[in-house]
Amino acid sequence: MTEIIVVTSGKGGVGKTTTSASLSCGLARRGKKVAVIDFDIGLRNLDLIMGCERRVVYDFVNVIQGDCTLKQALINDKLIETLYVLAASQTRDKDALSSEGVRRVLDELTADGFDYVICDSPAGIEKGAHLAMYFADRAVVVVNPEVSSVRDSDRILGLLASKTQRAEQGNGGVKEHLLLTRYSPRRVATGEMMSVDDVKEILGLDVIGVVPESTDVLSASNAGVPVILNDASDASRAYDDAVARLLGESLPLRFVDVPKKGFFARMFGG
Amino acid sequence: MGLLALFRRNPPTANVAKERLRIIVAQERSARGGPDYLPLLRRELLEVIKKYVNVDPEAVQVNLEREDGHEVLELSVALPGAKQV
Repeated sequence: MTEIIVVTSGKGGVGKTTTSASLSCGLARRGKKVAVIDFDIGLRNLDLIMGCERRVVYDFVNVIQGDCTLKQALINDKLIETLYVLAASQTRDKDALSSEGVRRVLDELTADGFDYVICDSPAGIEKGAHLAMYFADRAVVVVNPEVSSVRDSDRILGLLASKTQRAEQGNGGVKEHLLLTRYSPRRVATGEMMSVDDVKEILGLDVIGVVPESTDVLSASNAGVPVILNDASDASRAYDDAVARLLGESLPLRFVDVPKKGFFARMFGG
Repeated sequence: MGLLALFRRNPPTANVAKERLRIIVAQERSARGGPDYLPLLRRELLEVIKKYVNVDPEAVQVNLEREDGHEVLELSVALPGAKQV
């Protein structure tokens, strides 16, 4: 049984690609066979975050248009054997994606025995975002604790509830989860930032992960190694917890309280 | 965070954000799935009502509710109190 998960948000720059990369690595690291697809046609970036940009020969649009087979276009991750990346097209226009074509690719991945397909949605609510969510079984809605991101997420939740195959077929709809990124417990404590509970209350969804604001995210994208693989990082642990929750484990949220600092750290920064 | 940072905190605005979002999200959710003419209908109704009573634009609520099989268009106008007239 293949589960299709869309990582979406509406707003740009909130961490969809970072999240797609880390969730897919995390699932694959636990032995699942995972494909992660970049739906951002024209603005390919997942390949950079996954560190496979120089190995892209064929892309998603090539597969859909029959220029190559799906096998030729899937890039096997260097570190994790069961992880495959399907890059977005960089040059062609975004209308090159068709609903029929996307369905064919997803059907083939299902037939090939993939456990999970992660669809990395582009920002916005245009065609790419629509197709990324259309066939999904579950949705991870990435949100920053910030007004425009929360509002856009709510808009996306409306689309998930109406413009998806599951919604149209009326078989329970898409299962939705929230994943908060760039969370700063310190700013929440001082009342400068909305808390997990605030966002949860406004959007009315369960939270599958809270990723703290971390300098490790930029370092990870600089290096092309998804942040979940940096075991020393809080962001990595937070993403790994989210992966465990996706797999059905129930874990308490971490990194939502201000870390206790010693006297010297408080006085001199750290 | 050093010593100086202790003295220049940003004002707590999270509650303002939450309150604003609560209102706009509720408003956008109620408009979702409804027919496209609702906003225009609301505006035109407001024009007509304004000919007779001086009402606040916020005081006119147009809601469409679905109850098993049929739809109810609900119009609610909060008239200004006697003192204000």
